[in-house]
Amino acid sequence: MTLEARVLADVSAFELDVELAVGAGELVAVLGPNGAGKTSLLRALAGLLPLRSGRVTLDGVVLEDPAAGIRLPSERRPIGLVFQDYLLFPHLSVRENVAFGLRARGMARVVAMGEAGRWLERVGMPAEGDRKPASLSGGQAQRVALARVLATNPALLLLDEPMAALDASTRVAFRRDLRQHLESFRGVRLLVTHDPLEAMAMADRLIILEHGRMLQSGTPADVTQHPRSRYVADLVGVNLFRGRASHDVITLADGGSLTAAGAADGDVFAVVHPRTVALYRTRPDGTPRNVWEGRAIDLDSEGDRVRVRLAGSPSIVAEVTPAAVRDLGLDRGDRVWIGVKATEINVYPA
Amino acid sequence: MALPTRSRRTPRPSAPLPIVILASAGAAFFIIPLLGLLLRTPWTSAWQQLGSPEVLTALRLSLLASLSATAIALILGVPLAWSFARLTFPGRSVLRALTVLPMVLPPVVGGVALLLAFGRRGLLGGWLATTLGVHLPFTTAGAIMAETFVAMPFLVITVEAGLRSMDTRFEDAARTLGASRWTVLWRVTLPLVRPSLIAGAVLCWARALGEFGATITFAGNFPGRTQTMPLAVYLALESNPEAAIVLSLVLLAVSLAVLIGLRDRWLGAS
Amino acid sequence: MSASQSGPSGTLTVFAASSLNAAFTTIGADFEKRHPGTMVRFSFAGSSSLAAQIQQGALGDVFASADQPNMQKLIQAGLTAESPIVFARNDLEIVVGKGNPKHITSLADLARSGLVVVLCAPAVPCGHYAAQTLQKAGVRVTPASQEADVKSVLSKVALGEADAGIVYITDVKAAGDALEGVAIPAVLNVVAEYPIVILKDSQNRALARAFVSYVLSEGRQTLARYGFTNP
Repeated sequence: MTLEARVLADVSAFELDVELAVGAGELVAVLGPNGAGKTSLLRALAGLLPLRSGRVTLDGVVLEDPAAGIRLPSERRPIGLVFQDYLLFPHLSVRENVAFGLRARGMARVVAMGEAGRWLERVGMPAEGDRKPASLSGGQAQRVALARVLATNPALLLLDEPMAALDASTRVAFRRDLRQHLESFRGVRLLVTHDPLEAMAMADRLIILEHGRMLQSGTPADVTQHPRSRYVADLVGVNLFRGRASHDVITLADGGSLTAAGAADGDVFAVVHPRTVALYRTRPDGTPRNVWEGRAIDLDSEGDRVRVRLAGSPSIVAEVTPAAVRDLGLDRGDRVWIGVKATEINVYPA
Repeated sequence: MALPTRSRRTPRPSAPLPIVILASAGAAFFIIPLLGLLLRTPWTSAWQQLGSPEVLTALRLSLLASLSATAIALILGVPLAWSFARLTFPGRSVLRALTVLPMVLPPVVGGVALLLAFGRRGLLGGWLATTLGVHLPFTTAGAIMAETFVAMPFLVITVEAGLRSMDTRFEDAARTLGASRWTVLWRVTLPLVRPSLIAGAVLCWARALGEFGATITFAGNFPGRTQTMPLAVYLALESNPEAAIVLSLVLLAVSLAVLIGLRDRWLGAS
Repeated sequence: MSASQSGPSGTLTVFAASSLNAAFTTIGADFEKRHPGTMVRFSFAGSSSLAAQIQQGALGDVFASADQPNMQKLIQAGLTAESPIVFARNDLEIVVGKGNPKHITSLADLARSGLVVVLCAPAVPCGHYAAQTLQKAGVRVTPASQEADVKSVLSKVALGEADAGIVYITDVKAAGDALEGVAIPAVLNVVAEYPIVILKDSQNRALARAFVSYVLSEGRQTLARYGFTNP
């Protein structure tokens, strides 16, 4: 199962021009600032925004090709779209909402309602079927919206900032559940977000979008370490580690460990901004709680900043001034001491 | 979605004095004529008038005609409102202006226009009579048609406003879930604009109930067939003003009861 | 024929029945010519509407009604200055479309099946009179509609919606070529009497008296021209 799309469409402020290919089992996150055209891209794939030109195929089936006069209406595309603000039908009960897609496909009411009940159980809301959407919390509503879409068994799952409207504590729990559901989903998955952490935490591949154009595409590690522009560097150029926290010490999955202040025990993400990574010629004394030795394998000058990629345990990217590079006499292949303060490490539950 | 409802707790704003004065004048403007009607009502004979077969006949016909007109307006007016709100086609604004024209047209002129279209010598009337055997002038169907003509614009503009202010992404969501346009209309759009539909239907019904000019011009006046309450009131005014007052009061009571009842039940007014 | 030096002057307000519209407009103009310095203003409406307006305090000098009952209302209310005088009569006539397409020649023809007949409602004078004349002729007519006034009967026949109606001769005359009248024999006809009176609240009785006298004398020729008969 693969999605191949070249999307050229007119959006009010700009022209959307994106080419992408997503394989089954791959979760691609579309990342970009507000107004970059992320939602328009999803709407175009869903058939809600007509293409000016281009072509969208799913599993070899052409969904849209203006040149060939093909345009499958939304209701006949095997897609599911999850909205940022859920868009549950307020006049229907939770169960009727989940049954909606099944009923629209001609399933008998009783059968559809039974199936909807099973989906509600799967998203952890077995008792809420008779409630009206207005009485649900944000996290509950988005679970229902997810169940509503998954129940129709789509081949292409489009998620439009599904966590943006949730508060921080709800978001953590929802993200964990969402990842589980996405892992068991067999179709093509496309997640739109403006939150770099969310994108990197969940996706196999990132697509960075700005002003309707694709700036860069690659694995989270690739994009983090080789941001192709200042903009991308600012957006996603952070060090992201995954590990297990215990008594403020995070044992990293890829080797090494970090000490962070106030980390909750369990699986976590640790984020270290390159600007907060200090480099020393000799082993420093005192303040930094995390000190280890690494080798500079790459120096990348970007105007008033130099990004230094360092191999070690763990490997990390530092961002320093050109003056600091001169003072250190740093060059490719040099050994150098790395220091990160415990308070500069942001820890998120995974 | 589970936000605390703030509006319930905030204290009522205190109104500026000019607003209070003007609002009171506005209310008095509606209340005083009603008071005049009530004070002049011959209460002793009122009950007799009420039970008279003439009044009951006119009342029954009024309810039948106004409710039928509302039903027709719903069947024809909702698709029209949807077209105005959702489609763009050449001449849309002109067509829209034409369909709400009966709101500003003197109803008598509307009645004449209906005669010229559906009368015996009208554009379609002759054809209707010879091929289908349908005669509209001087029939109850004609009275219903006249009321529909005058009252439907109220439904169309109310429902159109509701459709325009609705979040159309609910329709998008329904379509991506596989619902055909027809299903989207029935299961999502119409339920979501239900308050507008009800408000439009009530306005339309009230206008139809009070319709006089177009009805008497197009359908004439015959007890039990085309003589609705307003026509009965007007003719009673010629011969028996007291009866006219009683009839007006009946019309008023029926419409007031329905409007208040609907408001509480469906519009969710506190 | 010379204008008198101490003759009436000022403005006169006359409430007159709708059916008098054409005739009284002419009479008013003639009167103003005869008495320079005077001005006659008319308020034309249904007799019952006018009677109701006067009872509610509308100010005027003269009331000319199309029937006696409405005049009686004002007399009983004590709003008249003297006894009313009948100044004109109006006969009924069958009104039909141009060329009389349904070949109607008598009241009896109105009972023919398939014929659409409209009458005035029994509550208004023309409907009351029409019922009387049909009763005299022993004809049963089920009208398609009981119209609120003569004008509505005329327009229904003029538009072709109705085949015939019963109205005043003066109305058929006023309609010109668009409509035709079929006479009703005198023995079956019901005659409407038009009384005129000076109102008690008249601010200019001298002028009001002069106008009433003018209607009763020279005005009669004008009235006859418009189809009214002399009492």
